[in-house]
Amino acid sequence: MSDRMSLLQLDDVSVTYRIAAGEVPAVRGVSLALDSGAALGVAGESGSGKSTLAMALLRLLPRDARVGGRILLDGEDVLTMKWGRMRAVRWAEASIVFQGAQHGLNPVRRVGDQIAEPLLVHGLAKPEAARRRVTELLEQVGLPTWRARSYPHELSGGQRQRVMIAMALACSPRLIIADEPTTALDVMVQAQVLTLIKELVAEHGISLIMISHDLSVLADVCDQLAVMYAGRVVEHGPSAEVFHDAKHPYSRALAAAFPTVGDPASRMAPQGLGGDPPDPMRLPGGCAFHPRCPVALDECASLDVELWPAGPGRTAACVHVREKEGAS
Amino acid sequence: MTAPLEAAEPAVQAAGPGDERPARRGTLQYALAKAGGALFSIAMVIVATFFVFRLLPGDPVRNLAQGRNMTPAQLDLERHRLGLDKPLINQFFDFVGNTLRLDLGTSYEYKRPVLDLIGERFGPTLLLAGTGLVIAVSLGIWQGTRAGWRHGGRFDRFSTGTSLVLWSVPTFWLGLLLMMVFGVGVGPIPGVLPFRGIESVDAPDGFAYLLDVASHMVLPCLTLVAVIYAQYLLVMRSSLLEEVSQDYVTVARAKGLRDDEVRRRHAVPNALLPTVTLVFMRIGFVVGGAVTVETIYTWPGLGQLFYEAISVPDFTLMQGTFMLITVAVIIMNTLADVVYRVLDPRVRSA
Amino acid sequence: MTSVATTRRRQALGRFWTDFRRHRAGAVGLTVLIVAVLLAVTAPLFIDENVTSVVDAPGEEWSGPSLAFPFGTDESGRSILLMVWWGSRTSLLIGFLAALVSIVIGMVVGIAAGHFRGWLSAVLMRITDWFLVLPSLVTALVLAAILGGSTFTIIMAIGITTWPSTARLIRAQTLAVEARPYIERSKALGAGHWHITSRHVLPNVAPLLLASTTLEVASAIVTESTLAFLGVSSNKTSWGTMLRGSYDYGAATQGAWWYILIPGLAILAVVMAFTLVGRALEAVLNPRLRKAS
Repeated sequence: MSDRMSLLQLDDVSVTYRIAAGEVPAVRGVSLALDSGAALGVAGESGSGKSTLAMALLRLLPRDARVGGRILLDGEDVLTMKWGRMRAVRWAEASIVFQGAQHGLNPVRRVGDQIAEPLLVHGLAKPEAARRRVTELLEQVGLPTWRARSYPHELSGGQRQRVMIAMALACSPRLIIADEPTTALDVMVQAQVLTLIKELVAEHGISLIMISHDLSVLADVCDQLAVMYAGRVVEHGPSAEVFHDAKHPYSRALAAAFPTVGDPASRMAPQGLGGDPPDPMRLPGGCAFHPRCPVALDECASLDVELWPAGPGRTAACVHVREKEGAS
Repeated sequence: MTAPLEAAEPAVQAAGPGDERPARRGTLQYALAKAGGALFSIAMVIVATFFVFRLLPGDPVRNLAQGRNMTPAQLDLERHRLGLDKPLINQFFDFVGNTLRLDLGTSYEYKRPVLDLIGERFGPTLLLAGTGLVIAVSLGIWQGTRAGWRHGGRFDRFSTGTSLVLWSVPTFWLGLLLMMVFGVGVGPIPGVLPFRGIESVDAPDGFAYLLDVASHMVLPCLTLVAVIYAQYLLVMRSSLLEEVSQDYVTVARAKGLRDDEVRRRHAVPNALLPTVTLVFMRIGFVVGGAVTVETIYTWPGLGQLFYEAISVPDFTLMQGTFMLITVAVIIMNTLADVVYRVLDPRVRSA
Repeated sequence: MTSVATTRRRQALGRFWTDFRRHRAGAVGLTVLIVAVLLAVTAPLFIDENVTSVVDAPGEEWSGPSLAFPFGTDESGRSILLMVWWGSRTSLLIGFLAALVSIVIGMVVGIAAGHFRGWLSAVLMRITDWFLVLPSLVTALVLAAILGGSTFTIIMAIGITTWPSTARLIRAQTLAVEARPYIERSKALGAGHWHITSRHVLPNVAPLLLASTTLEVASAIVTESTLAFLGVSSNKTSWGTMLRGSYDYGAATQGAWWYILIPGLAILAVVMAFTLVGRALEAVLNPRLRKAS
């Protein structure tokens, strides 16, 4: 990992929910870094904590969530910012692309007004200039400009997703967090939207964090890939390497679950993973993955796993990695 | 108390996605269709009223004679006066024709045209029920919003708790209690407010008269509001909770809006739509409450008139007031449908 | 029913009970309910109709709460406590039966409207919507006044004016259930209307019906006491009739606050109990229903 000042740095971030039955650790000690202009993918099943982590970046979690550690955005700790500064940072420095297919857009307001809203809120433009910017943004995402007067229900899923992207670009942020941006879309539309994201990010030099359970999508779009399981990062490295040659058994299973399009061999042998993700209130001891792990050893049930080096620029939280590296 | 507490069934049918601009002319057609439906319902009410009052067991004239000594000759006279000795078909057409000409018959008790009586009593009911509705809706929406926005907090739990109690309290009993405590006085506490009628016997003139009427309206209005506002509170609260759970509220926060801005600009307007519609649609419940309240406090309105018709029993009057009340409710419901469609763009394009 | 289905249903019941118990308000309501029903059922063991007799009234008129008469006496000297106890039978019975009528009509119409397509469904929904618009108390008053205020007519009047909301709910649920793939398969295998509605729709709709019934009973008790108070019921023992007595005989002016407070509290307690239980049932059953459909 380079020593350059990263745009985004997470130091031992943890998120714990307090509910009637006790405490739920959704994220447990995650440390990541994202350079300016780079793209990081965060992969995992539902319940792995990836979406919670994304929400934590802009302090969008509900009141009963406790966030620990540090989240440094351009050197400033998001978690200790004053509210006024936080609101100024939101959207203007870092914005989010939600799943547009769900109700990420206010159903009773016109799409153009919603794209323009952050510009007006942050005082970046007067209404007239905002209107022009909306037109510009719609063109960038490939939508006809008259769509600004449409309501969300008049658009298809793919079109709504493009609106979400246009909205996220409105204040020219330095970082975009995309939470499952293509999950609910058809495959063809998915490909279009991903291409759009890649182009825009490269064109404007925006840093990207993309969250998905689809490893192949992340491998395509992002430079680096982090795999999360039960609230922890279990593997990290360059995305192509992690996807094609995963070191952690969970990452391997995740990669195998989504066959590479055009590769008949992977189609013929889909590798499902038995079992369910663990209940965060009743995590197994040692490595949280060991009950489902096909290559688990006896010590996995009690060993404290951490991210051990697994090659140049790669880490993995697996005992086997440590042994291999130790041996060489 | 007979409709589900909070279920706001949205009539939203979203239009499909597409690349064509949506048609907006549909609103007029929709309004006309709804008006047609309302007319049909009203027609059904008239027909049903006719049959209910004549074909159901219980000879109306004999019921009339309960507790009164009437000779067979008098009964026959009454029957003739009510037109009950004609063949049913004739009676039916007479009835429909008269009703459409707004001739609702003559009251047995008052010996005056029913329409006149309704005209006299309409004002006080409008005053009482109208004021009560405005207060109840405003209070319910405000409190429901505050309770829902800080979901699970103390204010929320307090509001929900009191609403459930008020929902369970029979209107008439609340009226009795309030009358006892504030009207007559109980124990050492003296009664302060008037509780009978709309004005004092020795009513003053001019502005003092208005004050007199207003003071007479306090207890009935309070009773009515207490019972109906709980419903609006719960509906607004659940509407708001529904909106807050949607992603667009999180997006609004992520855009940097303040908490109150998110609430005012996004959550509340969206939550108001189904709430206000529901207010119109549940007007039948308010009507029931008004009847009870007017009866207890002897407020000279339509509700009291209806009650008198029932207790005498004065069937012509009962028939006339029943039809009027029901038709009014149908019209309000239709208005609710049309207004909702105009306000909600999702429904407009359907 | 195969044993697998039976075991599964029993497990579901167990899970349901555990969930329900966690709702404190619902548990409290259930306790109050059980106590009220027990009191109503066992009343004839201790008292009988004589408590309402004006001639044999045991106490002095208008006397306040005392050791002999914990809830005081009314205008004829009858014990309010005993009258409320005796009256619980009427109010609970009428409330329950009226709710039953309402639910049965609502269930039949709702399932039919959801199951059958085409004109039958449209006609049923039109009828339902029309009944739904009718102001319920006013209509019930008219029906009771015309039909005479016997217990039977009161029950029918309440039942007829309150079934539409249940019908809509059941119809929506029926549509959701019938949209499931196994119903399609069942139809493809030649299952008839009766089979599908009784074997598949009904068991899935039953939990919702239970919650609705409970809430309907609460509402019916309020309506019955209102009808009695307004004088259209010929029932002499209802709580509503008692309160009518307090109004007619000027309890407020007499300062007899117990006469007004006690019967009303009885209504409030029972109605709240049913409401809390009904809401708890809804809360427990609804997320499961939503997940299932």
